[in-house]
Amino acid sequence: MAIASDRPRIYESSRVPSPIPTVLQVPEELRGSEDLLQVNFGPNHPSTHGVLRLIVDLHGENVVGLEAVIGYLHTGFEKNMEQKTWWKAITYPERIDYLSFQNNELVFVLAIEKLLGLEVPEKATWMRTCLCELNRIHSHLVWLGTAALELGAISMFWYCFRERDSVLDLYEMVCGARMHTRYFQAGGLAEDIPRGFFPEARKFVDWMPKAVDDYERLVDQNEIWLERTKGLGLLSAEDAIALGQSGPVLRGSGVDWDLRRAQPYLAYEQLDFRVPTYPNGDVWDRYKVHMDEMRESTRIVAQCLDRLEGMEGQPWIADDRKVVLPPREELHTSMESLIHHFKIVTEGYRVPEGEVYVALESARGELGCYVVSDGGPKPWRVKFRAPSFVALEATATCMTDALVADLIAIVGSLDTVMGEVDR
Amino acid sequence: MARGNPIDSVKGFGVTFKQIFKKPITQQYPEYKRPVYPRFRGRHRLHVHENGLEKCVGCSLCAAACPADCIRVVAAENTADNRVSAGERYARIYEINMSRCIFCGYCELACPFDAITLGNEYEISEYSRDDLIYTKDMLLAEPIKKVPVADRDLYDTPIPYYQEHS
Ligand code: SF4
Ligand code: SF4
Repeated sequence: MAIASDRPRIYESSRVPSPIPTVLQVPEELRGSEDLLQVNFGPNHPSTHGVLRLIVDLHGENVVGLEAVIGYLHTGFEKNMEQKTWWKAITYPERIDYLSFQNNELVFVLAIEKLLGLEVPEKATWMRTCLCELNRIHSHLVWLGTAALELGAISMFWYCFRERDSVLDLYEMVCGARMHTRYFQAGGLAEDIPRGFFPEARKFVDWMPKAVDDYERLVDQNEIWLERTKGLGLLSAEDAIALGQSGPVLRGSGVDWDLRRAQPYLAYEQLDFRVPTYPNGDVWDRYKVHMDEMRESTRIVAQCLDRLEGMEGQPWIADDRKVVLPPREELHTSMESLIHHFKIVTEGYRVPEGEVYVALESARGELGCYVVSDGGPKPWRVKFRAPSFVALEATATCMTDALVADLIAIVGSLDTVMGEVDR
Repeated sequence: MARGNPIDSVKGFGVTFKQIFKKPITQQYPEYKRPVYPRFRGRHRLHVHENGLEKCVGCSLCAAACPADCIRVVAAENTADNRVSAGERYARIYEINMSRCIFCGYCELACPFDAITLGNEYEISEYSRDDLIYTKDMLLAEPIKKVPVADRDLYDTPIPYYQEHS
């Protein structure tokens, strides 16, 4: 591709701004200059991915200073969860990163299970893997649609949301809600998988790679798209690691790191998938990582379906009456079940004292959940390591030497979800 | 600056062009309503027994289970000349604040008497927040707007008792 050959290539070593790595300070010689213009970008700007506010210092068209202001979406999820029993708190994490909801739910449920030492049936593990990968596709589709929309490629948005809707339909069928499903419960799944899921999911899996090809055909050779993505928002591998990046941002800078492979959880050890990396650390490479990941996730979903189809009739939730709600029909027949039911609903189950940190690869990178239990029915402390928050820290580094028009492309490529940044 | 081939830029329109010959996926809502899947959690309903007595006995278990704290139950004793429910007590006040509800369905899971379930209706927006506080009468009544539901057999596992008998 001959485009943008005079654009800067990926730089060596580090250019993280100092003394504050997250703030781009106006250079000494420009301070107090009359040519400087300070602009508020956001929080209600249509292309800031939610309510991100950037204070930008412009010198002509050049971005010379940058500061991110966050907190507009702060809702105190973590503190709220500490006021709820473990069972009720499961409904909260999904709303932190509302695009990658299933992964968020999973990380908290895994933390509870780790504290309880609960064994999860095989069927639940595979279904969780399947839904998490569908969720990754969903999240990437929303990213692709909105990021392209911000660069003016409006048709991409419609195509992406067409496929996104198919994913949400699958969620509606299995979990009862299109988003924020609370389908993963400590011990397994809330309900069995309906028969109709498999043919519908197969249809989606067959269609999805063709859809990704379509997206690529739409923009891959488009001059405007190339101009606006190649060689922009550079982040070297060294800086990406220094700034604690993870997920597509890290892999777009050429670092081959994926928690699904590095610390396998769920059924990832038994799955065949590739971790895409691209070496140039620009907006284009991050876009490419997203595209390849969608293809790989589709392959993973197909493998999960193969396994799940052979598991009909197997249990989907652990048989632990202290933690898992008893089957409904038993409420009418067994006094013991009714007592367990009352206990779990009103007081909540008790989780042994201890602390755990569970990390997994959400659509945005390493999503961690640190939970402390004091042995009571409520979590004593819940803390999330939000990949979006960390990605936002790289803005200042990526924005060095950028023009104001590229700002949108660069911030978009970092794929931040403000709900998760502010929590 | 070296430019890309303009012909290549036009290639993307091929995808758009192909779309002309495909069936549009747009649905003409609200004239057409896509059937929701049977598990879809929408507007709540309170149920009554076949003999007309309410299933709800005012035990407040649903209120205890609600993560959004949006259910309010005030119970009263059943008497010989005012028998409302099948149990000892009944819910004198039963309110759900729909503007807080997150449609998690925990109330449905919690209720030991299958008195409250989440139906499939989703067209529940109102012009005022006060109208979103559903009283017992509203929850007991048949929903005015009904939505089509997809094949239960295929898209749900064997139907739990409380959905069959409600
Ligand atoms: S669906 Fe959830 S939030 Fe809504 S009333 Fe029931 S328990 Fe509360
Ligand atoms: S709806 Fe069910 S749980 Fe709620 S008060 Fe009535 S009987 Fe109890």
